[in-house]
Amino acid sequence: MSKIVVDPITRIEGHLRVEAEVSGGKISNAWVSGTMFRGIETILKGRDPRDAWYWTQRFCGVCTTVHSIASIRAVEDALKIPVPPNAQLIRNIIIAIQNTQDHVIHFYHLHALDWVDITSGLKADPVKTAQLAASISDWPNNSPTYFKSVQDRVKAFVGSGRLGPFANAYWGHPAYKLPPEANLMATAHYLEALEWQKDIIKIHAILGSKNPHPQTFLVGGMSIPIDPDSQNALNADKLIEVKRLLHKAQEFVEKVYIPDLLAVASFYKDWAGIGAGVGNYMCYPEFPDASGKPWLPGGAILNRDISKVVPLDQKKITEHVEHSWYQDAGSEGKGLHPWEGSSEPNYTGPKPPYQYLDTDKKYSWVKAPRYEEKAMEVGPLSRVLVAYVSGHKETKAAVDLVLKKLGVGPEALFSTLGRTGARGIDCLVIAQQAPKWLDELIGNIAKGDLRIHSNELWDPATWPAEAHGYGWHEAPRGGLGHWIKIKDQKILNYQAVVPSTWNASPRDAKGQAGPYEAALLGTPVANPEQPLEILRTIHSFDPCLACAVHVLDATGREMIRVKAS
Amino acid sequence: MSTTRTEPCNETFSISQILKERGVSRRDFLKFCSTVTAALALPPSFAPSVAQALDEVKRPPLVWLEFQGCTGDSEALLRSANPTVAEIVLDILSVDYHETIMAAAGHQAEAALDKTITDYKGKYFAVIEGSIPMKDGGVYGCVGGKSNLERARQVCGGAAATIAIGNCASYGGIPAAAPNPTGAVGVKEAVPGATVINLPGCPCNADNLTATIVHYLVFNKIPALDGHGRPLFAYGKRIHDNCERRPHFDAGQYVEKWGDDGHRKGYCLYKMGCKGPATFHNCPTQRYNEKTAWPIGSGHPCVGCAEPQFWDVMSPMYRRLPNVPGFGIEHTADAIGLGLAAGAAGAFVVHGALSAMRKDKEPGEDAKED
Repeated sequence: MSKIVVDPITRIEGHLRVEAEVSGGKISNAWVSGTMFRGIETILKGRDPRDAWYWTQRFCGVCTTVHSIASIRAVEDALKIPVPPNAQLIRNIIIAIQNTQDHVIHFYHLHALDWVDITSGLKADPVKTAQLAASISDWPNNSPTYFKSVQDRVKAFVGSGRLGPFANAYWGHPAYKLPPEANLMATAHYLEALEWQKDIIKIHAILGSKNPHPQTFLVGGMSIPIDPDSQNALNADKLIEVKRLLHKAQEFVEKVYIPDLLAVASFYKDWAGIGAGVGNYMCYPEFPDASGKPWLPGGAILNRDISKVVPLDQKKITEHVEHSWYQDAGSEGKGLHPWEGSSEPNYTGPKPPYQYLDTDKKYSWVKAPRYEEKAMEVGPLSRVLVAYVSGHKETKAAVDLVLKKLGVGPEALFSTLGRTGARGIDCLVIAQQAPKWLDELIGNIAKGDLRIHSNELWDPATWPAEAHGYGWHEAPRGGLGHWIKIKDQKILNYQAVVPSTWNASPRDAKGQAGPYEAALLGTPVANPEQPLEILRTIHSFDPCLACAVHVLDATGREMIRVKAS
Repeated sequence: MSTTRTEPCNETFSISQILKERGVSRRDFLKFCSTVTAALALPPSFAPSVAQALDEVKRPPLVWLEFQGCTGDSEALLRSANPTVAEIVLDILSVDYHETIMAAAGHQAEAALDKTITDYKGKYFAVIEGSIPMKDGGVYGCVGGKSNLERARQVCGGAAATIAIGNCASYGGIPAAAPNPTGAVGVKEAVPGATVINLPGCPCNADNLTATIVHYLVFNKIPALDGHGRPLFAYGKRIHDNCERRPHFDAGQYVEKWGDDGHRKGYCLYKMGCKGPATFHNCPTQRYNEKTAWPIGSGHPCVGCAEPQFWDVMSPMYRRLPNVPGFGIEHTADAIGLGLAAGAAGAFVVHGALSAMRKDKEPGEDAKED
């Protein structure tokens, strides 16, 4: 039995390491480690709660809006600050386009090279490639001339002998199954998506000054003023530009991403039987309307039982540090509710440079969150499953369409391929909904409602001496929660339980593996020197490790009490 | 497919020729040169010289390492203002290591990095994103089993020049904010011998990254830097002095509440906590996302993200700048400017120790230091 180490896992956000044992050509055991730690929650203590969105935004520059959203929701919940409908709608649009852009970048720039062999595309016939492209979509860039130009560009690049970021990869690996024409088509769309993503994300700049890290969120609203009669505010000119970009986003998802996803998936159906994971799925409600009612439902699905969605109770969330580099008084052998935890970094791993981690003991900076003591998978698959089972109309239609096109049943979703497919479904459904929120916003403005902020509780002097609250958000990578306690107008304690903390979690006190670790079990590895298959399953989760490891709370802090959800 | 570098490191490769091969027209190339010329704060008449210089440059490799970062600067790179050509220029620079985009993983990825820094010692660019944790033997940041500090010494020490991109790599950024749990520092403090150009911002404006690299290629030396190690072409002027809302400041017209009449009309955000008067950055002219917008223009105060230790010295975000001598809204702009300069100097004196940057140094001068 050989032990494989993959570190760094590339084409993700942050620093992730996998150690795996391979037996009989399959992974028999796996350990996943986050190898970077910053301690931002400690840094937050004593600061102004109205600033927290800006600080927590730096948990991650890829998920560049998500912590801002969760943070302002947490503070608004704690201080009972209302949000005007315009601000709610602008947030929905910002969340939606973040989701769209993130998923497309993931598919083409982070995940595609696990399935697409760029070098094989050099052998493709551009005429046949054009026929293939035209057979799956009416996207206009589908001529033989176009694909020939892409092929020539790649040829010139390869011919230079300097492969830059494409050097030393697993090209020619037997696990690549696409014909040359599909590889060339996907390569062309890799380049197109790179262009597209920087265009459509200008929505964040128009509504929020810039991207990454839009500087526009406010506790109690948003900072982009609305005034159709001003050149310094959101006016008709800017709204129409947002509309155009939303359309551009939707069109690419419908005509490029989804057709490519289906085309690629049809060659890799065996991956619908690999990478199942822990089988428990959880998501939070998202996209509130003016009354706060969510457009997407929250809930949990346990043991792959898609007959029902279990309502969530946040009190059932615990975090384990048995195998994480923290010391947690009172946590020996069990997990603690986030507000009972008093973790301090406690690195017990090998002194760098090291070859292997001591995976029998502590081996990661990621904690192990559990729901009812179960490891839960979060992300697009969980979101799609919960919406599907809840009868969410748009999701159900999209899921049925994809399953029908691939000729598989819903059980195929519980897999590496299912995770990747569900991300496409999630992207499509939300991209199609986003223009409706813009129409609502325009309708509000037409009625003369220009409010973007509820000012009355902005001044900290109006706040109670103590307050606490939480904010939930469905980020592209899944359920995100921020919890805050405020005392004397300052942050007393701050907690975030993040999507990749759930998914990248190490083992807990009972030895239960986290979702990545569980999903790797049984994954075939044709060549341990080139563990392409490990990347497929890990990337199917879209890891984000800067998000996952941010946590550090001080010893002896007063426990936060939050309202039951 | 061979992954072996076949060309000698001193090959000459015309960028315009490569661009042509990749379907970029001469017209687009000249447009790009104009953009870069503007970002470098050179007069427009310089554009032909930039174009000519780019025609003649060689292809140095670039390695991009992320330590205690959030990948925001890498994301910024993906949004750069003239992205097709910017991507190609970076591609032409041969981006041999960048964990977020590279196809290889694990030891194959590490091998790519080792090969470049060995084969091109003293000739490659290093871009560092994120701070470097110094505490407890570097255990708070490891890649491939090696500490960030070990890698930084190895990579920055042998680079022709190191670009510290973003506030974390420049000055420690958010991980270094009090109480700095991991002992995070910027690149220059972690590797004092390296030739470092700081491009702070949270994240850095990618146009400034592109312009810095082009500056090096065009003039064959790193740009002139200020006392905080920042290129003067991008950080030489205060936001307040270039701000489109400055006339409202001078006229005493302020935003008093979010969404009020003044906010909708684009009045000055000073009273809402704007740090533009104490921040040196080209945001007002360069803007973001292809010049679409920038924070003050979109109604949110500047937070001072280009300044050392802004997380501590510029916060709380919504508190107006301190009452330094001579400061008051009834004063003239010049008096306020003087007062703020004094205040800012005081606030940053603590940081002065690690900012002993040598200006306009020849590249590679101390590349062998370790």
